[in-house]
Amino acid sequence: MSNIHVTTTVNGDSVEFLCDPRETLLDVLRDRLTLTGAKEGCGTGDCGACSVMLDGRLVSSCLVLGAEAEGKTIETVEGMANGEELHPLQRKIIEHAALQCGVCTPGILVAAKALLEKNPDPSESEIRFWLAGNLCRCTGYDKIIRAIQDAAAEMRGAA
Amino acid sequence: MPADGGIGAANKRREDVRFLTGKGNYTDDINVRGQAYVVFLRSQVANGVLNSVDTSAAAEMPGVLRIFTGADFVEVGGVPCGWCVTDRHGEPMQEPKHPVLADGKVRYVGDAIAAVVAETEAQARNAAEMIELDIDELPAVVDMKAALIDGSPKVHEELTSNLCYDWGFVEENKGAVEQAMQDAAHVTTLELVNNRLVANPMEPRVAIGDYDAAAGDSTLYTTTQNPHVIRLLMGAFVLGIPEHKLRVIAPDVGGGFGSKIFHYAEEALCTFAAKALNRPVKWTCQRSESFITDAHGRDHVTKIELALDADNNFTAVRTDTHANMGAYLSTFAPSVPTWLHGTLMAGNYKTPVIYVNVKAVFTNTVPVDAYRGAGRPEASYQLERVIDKAARELGVDAIALRRQNFITEFPYATPVAVEYDTGDYNATMDKMIEISDLAGFEARRAESAKKGLLRGLGVNCYIEACGIAPSNLAGQLGARAGLYESATVRVNATGGLVVMTGSHSHGQGHETSFPQVVADMIGIDPAMIEIVHGDTARTPMGMGTYGSRSLAVGGSAIVRATEKIIAKAKKIAAHLMEAADGDIELKDGTFSVAGTDKSVAWGDVTLAAYVPHNYPLEDIEPGLEETAFYDPANFTYPSGAYSCEVEVDPDTGKVTICKFSAADDFGNIVNPMIVDGQVHGGIGQGIGQALLEHAIYDDDGQLVNGSYMDYAMPRADDMPFFSVDHSCQTPCTHNPLGVKGCGEAGAIGSPPAVVNAVVDALQRAGHDVTHIDMPLSPNRVWSAMNKA
Repeated sequence: MSNIHVTTTVNGDSVEFLCDPRETLLDVLRDRLTLTGAKEGCGTGDCGACSVMLDGRLVSSCLVLGAEAEGKTIETVEGMANGEELHPLQRKIIEHAALQCGVCTPGILVAAKALLEKNPDPSESEIRFWLAGNLCRCTGYDKIIRAIQDAAAEMRGAA
Repeated sequence: MPADGGIGAANKRREDVRFLTGKGNYTDDINVRGQAYVVFLRSQVANGVLNSVDTSAAAEMPGVLRIFTGADFVEVGGVPCGWCVTDRHGEPMQEPKHPVLADGKVRYVGDAIAAVVAETEAQARNAAEMIELDIDELPAVVDMKAALIDGSPKVHEELTSNLCYDWGFVEENKGAVEQAMQDAAHVTTLELVNNRLVANPMEPRVAIGDYDAAAGDSTLYTTTQNPHVIRLLMGAFVLGIPEHKLRVIAPDVGGGFGSKIFHYAEEALCTFAAKALNRPVKWTCQRSESFITDAHGRDHVTKIELALDADNNFTAVRTDTHANMGAYLSTFAPSVPTWLHGTLMAGNYKTPVIYVNVKAVFTNTVPVDAYRGAGRPEASYQLERVIDKAARELGVDAIALRRQNFITEFPYATPVAVEYDTGDYNATMDKMIEISDLAGFEARRAESAKKGLLRGLGVNCYIEACGIAPSNLAGQLGARAGLYESATVRVNATGGLVVMTGSHSHGQGHETSFPQVVADMIGIDPAMIEIVHGDTARTPMGMGTYGSRSLAVGGSAIVRATEKIIAKAKKIAAHLMEAADGDIELKDGTFSVAGTDKSVAWGDVTLAAYVPHNYPLEDIEPGLEETAFYDPANFTYPSGAYSCEVEVDPDTGKVTICKFSAADDFGNIVNPMIVDGQVHGGIGQGIGQALLEHAIYDDDGQLVNGSYMDYAMPRADDMPFFSVDHSCQTPCTHNPLGVKGCGEAGAIGSPPAVVNAVVDALQRAGHDVTHIDMPLSPNRVWSAMNKA
């Protein structure tokens, strides 16, 4: 099967790649664009480790084909920091030590950022339900929820 | 917080920036130039005779480089087991062969039959589907008790039965326990299941074999908790590669929880295939594959009896446990239901005689081995559940009954062969009562009742043995390895340090906490210290990270090596200041001569060590690099008291955890922020076991819930915030840091708290429910409430 030529925007940069029509967006990001922040935790859309934004929508990149990215805008964890300056969510996760092994963390960050863009002042249960699609096996979620609450408060204050 | 960022400081984790920016370097992020991909064809039946594996059509598929089958491994060693348990009659356990690829028989769904190497993963997967298998399916053995009945199908024909061992501990106490049961004023009996779990680290296993034909060197990149152990097991027992020709690299590893301790056949296959093909060979486990190949955890069925005298003193404990080994013996599997379980049956209590009987059983299921806590959660769960039941039967307060029986004097030699060095169980109980606001429970219960919900309170204690382990003791108990840890401290000329540790960090934050120890000892900024781990070529031989051992054993090795550095540096400083060695003091990174104002800085001494122009060359060598191996004198014994408050919905049986409090005694604390996280994670997994998780096999040996759609992993909305405290500190007396280990406590202490709470809620509502087996799903809770 011949490869497909795809033109897309990733973290603000125009990107072109060739991919097999059966290849997932996750595989394209990891293997063709060397953006290995997104992880394959399950390959079935159940764990959220591969979360990215596709045209402003939170998706599991393991369930999207690379070819579907044509003409779209993709945001990944690699685009969250502004140069050396970490995003408030990233900073707060460090301050709370809200990660351990780090595999779920890129997906959690992308998902949490999407939440705060929709809802700058989420309640604890709104955060927990929003993140229910992102499995973390290390933290018991406690510090993740606190870090997101803390980041949300700071971002509201800064706005 | 100490201003110097040393021991006790909540330093921020230095590894986090790379993880938060997508720059972690996990094994699946590594691609070696020219790599091929391997996909395993696995058995879909649980038990069967493998008559033939026809690879002829598959070999013609596009991109296929080579297909390996069991025949390729006939001359190769099998996957070894690292622990031999001796049964109650003095005989060694039954130990079946464990081939790398199935040879004549398949024994569980997931057993690897063939390995297809191709140019791409998709090609390998397509080709694997073209392999034709001729398997005569046999009846599967799934239930442990059925497996022991005469005439049951055997998992291994060459063994006499499906019984791996029948272990009695302490065998000499058996009669005394029987007598105590007969003499007791009251005996409480409880039968329970410790449910089978899947560890499920978020990073599935990955292995990449690489071979340098010019040098004859093999390299394995793998997701392991202990690269040196893998090098030794795979090199010496499977492939016959000496250590100096084999390098094992475990870069960033995405969680393990025990499941990445073990040596797996896929690691050997990738290493073997890379040499055979003279190409790097990569395997990435899919999640569905991980469910049927990663060693599972727990899976015990137990009857426990607790005898009490007329004053409610515990007089004896007797347990009868069936422990599932699965189809083969995984690396440390035999030790889990025995030495990691039976030795903890005293718990926090001064029960004078104890007898533990464990029958380990082969079944046609995935091998079972250590999962976070490994034997100790099983011990804690049965003991704390039976005490709760006894308190209810006797009509006494469950906390008071525990306090009455607490061990209060230390050191304390238990009747199950271990000696607790320190502890203060009343202190952690008091602290738990304080942080959980136990006094406010009735008011909260009334609030829940207004919502139509049944609130319950569960309380329990735990003790565990970690800091594994004294090598000579472990050897006597059947370990086929030493259990020391190692460290090399290399001081550079300009004063920075590199610490090479045999421990491995896969989420524990060693890159942050270990420098705190060294910085504290020398009095320098932790930022001057870098940790190297996870590469056998760069670190001294060490046993890796599991059993909450890394700070207690690995950290102690670092202390010992740093002490040697300081001793040598003082000699250099003495020479530079023309003073006697014994007069040199080191404080805040400065060497001074006692009673004078003479001093030299840390950097002056380190520079002199490598530019030895003015240097005592006649007494000491140049350079400043020291290695230490630390073998612990005893286990460490963290302990604590936990409480859980639940609300049960009487209409649906759904359990919601409202409040969870943990008061732990970990001895001294190096980084309290990291400790909090370790406890949180353990509690999360314990709540998962208690309410959600259960690996379920049907009678045919099919794992019916082998995906995240079906296996209920704890999610953010299943969890409450946790209240944790580790201010009760009775330091360990036998390691230089006074630390005990915190990695497994949460997973050990939390399941009984949850189950005790649910039973309490139902009892308070008038339901005659004394026990529900985990996981306490809505169905099970509702059924218990509504039984005829």
